[in-house]
Amino acid sequence: MTDTADQLYGRLKAYEGRASATAGVGKDLVNEPMIRHWCEAMGDGNPAYGGPGAIAPPTMLQAWTMGGLSGHTDRSGAYDELFGLLDGAGYTSVVATDCEQEYLRPLRPGDRITFDAVIEAVSERKTTKLGTGYFITTRMDVRAAGEPAGTHRFRILKYAPAGGKGGQRGVGVGRGLRQGGRSLRPRPVINRDNAGFWQGVAEHRLLIQRCRECETLRFPWLPGCNACGCQEWDTVEASGEGTVFSHVVMHHPPFPAFSASDEAGPYAVALIELAEGVRMVSNVVGVPCDKVRTGMSVKLEFLRTDHELELPVFRGSEG
Amino acid sequence: MKVGEELAPLEIAVTRTLIVAGAVASRDYQDVHHDAGLAQQKGSPDIFMNILTTNGLVGRYVTDHFGPSAVLRKVAIRLGAPNYPGDTMVLSGTITALDDAGTAEVTVVGANGLGRHVTGTVTVSVPEGSA
Repeated sequence: MTDTADQLYGRLKAYEGRASATAGVGKDLVNEPMIRHWCEAMGDGNPAYGGPGAIAPPTMLQAWTMGGLSGHTDRSGAYDELFGLLDGAGYTSVVATDCEQEYLRPLRPGDRITFDAVIEAVSERKTTKLGTGYFITTRMDVRAAGEPAGTHRFRILKYAPAGGKGGQRGVGVGRGLRQGGRSLRPRPVINRDNAGFWQGVAEHRLLIQRCRECETLRFPWLPGCNACGCQEWDTVEASGEGTVFSHVVMHHPPFPAFSASDEAGPYAVALIELAEGVRMVSNVVGVPCDKVRTGMSVKLEFLRTDHELELPVFRGSEG
Repeated sequence: MKVGEELAPLEIAVTRTLIVAGAVASRDYQDVHHDAGLAQQKGSPDIFMNILTTNGLVGRYVTDHFGPSAVLRKVAIRLGAPNYPGDTMVLSGTITALDDAGTAEVTVVGANGLGRHVTGTVTVSVPEGSA
């Protein structure tokens, strides 16, 4: 389900690629008693898991990394923050949905387990039988005695139980991110494909990608060239001159964060054709929204919308 | 061993004891796997089996079939209908791919009274002559 009003999604998505555990260490060495207790519970009589030369059941991979009753001490701030965001928005329940493990080397009693994990993906908001929420996928690389021993990809659904309260907080009209009583714009989703663009914005430079092979300019940022497929690129800085190629005025639903004041008034969304030839979606400022016209000359400026977000926008001039 | 071959089904009685023992053996102390009252507060009718136990049972099902010299390479599972106490899960499997090196891909389904608890794919290397 795609929902343009799902402002939370943008904030969650920003956690993709961030570490969820760094240099984690298994609380116990791989050991015979835990193997035996596991086999007892599973009813697994495989002789490979006992006696001299025993290995641990490969499916125990995750068990060696568990925090147990005393909890995890190696989780990163990012993972806790992500969960905090979801809890705060009412998505308080967790259920595991997928586990994909690959085993590279058997684990033997005495092996010390170490691991690193990364938040691999956050889904858009999904409605399931259990309730509405977000799927979070983490990938853990597990080592034994310093050698790669396996990978463990794990997906959970963090959700607001169906029929329960919550789950819609932080979502919807006039109820997005707020700070000091003011509505905030959704956070951009910054990933390795567009990080350079946002770095440019931070330096007040509007950067356009240019293919190294055929020199075709492209915007928005993409990993490869649409013209020739080449993945090598550099950038050119936009002069900041442009014209309104097309525009709409957004009346409903109202999003106070996009308006000049915190009143939920209409605002102009324009497709700006830059002097360099590429087009980008932005806002036109300095002109009442009903005075924006196709062909209007506009000039780039950077708008600080709140303490942590700056955006390229275009100032129009009437007449 | 050939593609299309079916593994004999394995019936697992989903007892409260199995759910709790599996959760503890896998070091998973989430309350929904051992405390019925708290599970109910979270909207579940009862405690339910954790994914690590399901994973362990799927691994066991495949190695039971191919014998102790079989080596698990990959286990990938997706959960559906929960395993609640009192239910029975029947695991079934089919060999869906086989390479010259004796590595087989087995699709596994675990069905309970509510539907499919687990669907998955297991990749297992089977030394010649052992299955």
